[in-house]
Amino acid sequence: MSPQVAVLAAEDTSGINGVALSVLIALFALVTVAGFMATRFKQADSLESLEEWGLGGRKFGTWITWFLLGGDLYTAYTFVAVPAAMFALGSVAGFFAVPYTIVLYPIIFIFMARLWSVSHRHGYVTTADFVRGRYDDRGLSLAVAVTGFVATMPYIALQLVGIQAVLEVAGLGGGDNIVAKDAPLFIAFALLAAYTYSSGLRAPAVIAFVKDILIYLVIIVAIVYLPGQVGGWEAIFGAAEDKMAATNEATGKPNGAFIPGTGQGWAYATLALGSALALFMYPHSITASLSSSSRNTIRRNAAILPAYSFVLGLLALLGWVAIAAGTQPIGLDGEPNAQLVIPQLFEDMFPAWFAGVAFAAIAIGALVPAAIMSIAAANTFSRNIYKEWLKKDATPAQEAKVSKLMSLLVKAFALIFVLTLDKQNAINFQLLGGIWMLQTFPVIVFSLFTRWFHRHGLLVGWAVGMVYGTVGAYNVKNPVTGKAFGGSLDNIPGIGEMGYIALTAFVINVVIAAALTVALNALKVSNGRDETIPFDYFADADDPRVQKDLADHAHHGDPYGDPDDIPGNAPAR
Amino acid sequence: MALAAVLLVIPVVALMWVPHYAKVEPELLGFPFFFWYQFLWVFICAALTWTAYKLTLSARGLTTHKVGEDR
Repeated sequence: MSPQVAVLAAEDTSGINGVALSVLIALFALVTVAGFMATRFKQADSLESLEEWGLGGRKFGTWITWFLLGGDLYTAYTFVAVPAAMFALGSVAGFFAVPYTIVLYPIIFIFMARLWSVSHRHGYVTTADFVRGRYDDRGLSLAVAVTGFVATMPYIALQLVGIQAVLEVAGLGGGDNIVAKDAPLFIAFALLAAYTYSSGLRAPAVIAFVKDILIYLVIIVAIVYLPGQVGGWEAIFGAAEDKMAATNEATGKPNGAFIPGTGQGWAYATLALGSALALFMYPHSITASLSSSSRNTIRRNAAILPAYSFVLGLLALLGWVAIAAGTQPIGLDGEPNAQLVIPQLFEDMFPAWFAGVAFAAIAIGALVPAAIMSIAAANTFSRNIYKEWLKKDATPAQEAKVSKLMSLLVKAFALIFVLTLDKQNAINFQLLGGIWMLQTFPVIVFSLFTRWFHRHGLLVGWAVGMVYGTVGAYNVKNPVTGKAFGGSLDNIPGIGEMGYIALTAFVINVVIAAALTVALNALKVSNGRDETIPFDYFADADDPRVQKDLADHAHHGDPYGDPDDIPGNAPAR
Repeated sequence: MALAAVLLVIPVVALMWVPHYAKVEPELLGFPFFFWYQFLWVFICAALTWTAYKLTLSARGLTTHKVGEDR
C-alpha cells in the first residue's frame, strides 16, 4: 500500500464516532451497575471466604453456568484474534478454533465431572488443591499452581488488547498525551477491579448475561446482514481464496491457506486437539466449572456449550467477509493492524448506533473473562502459595482477603503490561501459556482416574514438557520480522510434518512420566499419601452422605478437607 | 458406559482426521464443504454428548450408592 493511501484510510477512521461511542459508554455503565449489584445475586451471609467470593457459593445452575462458561471461554481477545487470523493468514491459523471448541466438550465431559465431585467433597478451589490432596506433594502442587498463575497473567492482559482494539476504532486512545491516550482503558479496568473486589465471582456471572446476549445479537445480525452487502457467500469465499493464494511480498510464499492443503492437516488437527486439552487446565476455566451446583450441571453444559462454537465459527468467517468488503484495518498510528479488522468492519458497514452495540459487545466481552481470570489467579495464589507456603494457619477469611487484594494486583499488572510493553509480548506469552497449561494435563487429568503415575515422574515430565515447549516456541521465527515466538507450529519429530508444539511437548511429557513411573515403582519410592477415596470421584451434590460430610467440613479450618486427618474414611462418618 | 465413551470419541476422531473434509466440493449455499461440514459437526457433537449424558444418568440410576464403583 502506498503511503498516501494509508494516510487517507487513517483519516477516514481517525475521527471519534460520537454515536457509537455514546452507545458503548451507556452499555458499559449498565454492566458496571450490574457488577456492583451482583453481591445480591444468590446472596450469601458473608462473602468472606473463597467458597463464596471465589466460587459464588458453588450454586450456579445449568443456565447461569452456560452463560458464565460461555462468557469466560469465548473471550474478547478470541473475538478479535480469530477473525484477524482468518483475515491475515487463512483457515489453518484461524478456523481451527471451530474443531478446537467442538472436541473440547467431549473431553471435559469425561473428566470434569470427576474433578467437580472430588472438589465438592474436599473443598478444593483449584486444581493444585486437588493435586496436593491426591499425592500430598507440595512440590507437584506448586508446579501446577505456578504454571496456572503465570499463564493466566498475559491472558488478562490480552483482554485489555481486545478493549483497546475497540476504543482505537471508535477513535479513542489516540493523540500524544499519555494520560488522554490510556485514560479510557484505565477507567474501564479500575471499575472492573472495584466490582470484582466487592462481588467476587458473582459479578462476572451477572455481566455474562449481558455480554453473551450482545454477542449473539451482533454476530447473528452481522452474519445475516453483511454477506448481502458484499455480494453473497460465493463472493466472500472467492475473495478469500484469491487473497490466500496471492504471494506475500515479505515471505515469497502464499498469504495463507484457503482450506488446509496436503500436509497442513497435522497442523490443523494438532492445534485443535492441543488447544482443547489445554483450555480446561487454565484456572479460570476450572473456577467457572467448580462454581456450578452439581456434577451434572457440567455434563449438561458440555452438550449445550457448543452453541458458542457455532457463533465462533460464524465470527471467524467475518474475517473473510472483511476481505470481500475491502476493510482496511489501520491503527491510529497509521500502521496496518489485522487485530482491528472486526471493529473496523463493523464501523464501516453498520449504522453508527449498531456499531456502538457491537463495540460494547466486544468491550464487555473482555470484562467477564478478565474478572474470572483475575479471581482464578488470585485463588491459586492464596490457596497454593500464600496458605501453603507463607501462612499455614490462614483462616478462610484471611484467604479471601488475600485473594481479593491479589485480584487487584493481577489486574494492575496486566494494565502495566499492556500500557508499557509492546502488546506483541502479551501475545507471545499467551502463545506460551497454552503450551505451558497443556503440560499440567497429565498431573491433573490422569490423576483424576489413576494413581498409577508416580508423582516424581509427573513432575519431571512436566518440567521437560515446559522446557521443550518454551524452547520450541522461541525457535519459531516470524517469517516477516525474524523475531522469536513467531508461531506455535514446528516440525513434529518422527513424523516430519508441522504440528502444534504444545502437543509434541505433551507426548514427550507423558512418555517421560510413564518411564520414570516404572522405574520409581520398581525402586519402591513412595507415591505420597492419597486423601481421596474412589467414592469422592462420583459423589453428587444431592447425595446424603455428601451433605453430612459438607456439614462436617463447614466448621473446621483445614481447607484440604479431612477433619480427622485419616485419609479415606469419609463415608464411615 | 462403554457406549457413552464411544459416542464421545466419535467427534474427536472425525475432526482430527482432517484430509477427509479438507476439500471444496460439494458446496452448500455457497459454503465450501470444509466449512459447512464442521458447522454440521457442532450439532452432531452436541447430540452425541447429550446422548452420552442420558446414558450416564440411567447407568447411575441402576447402581446408585454402590461405594467404590466408578462410572
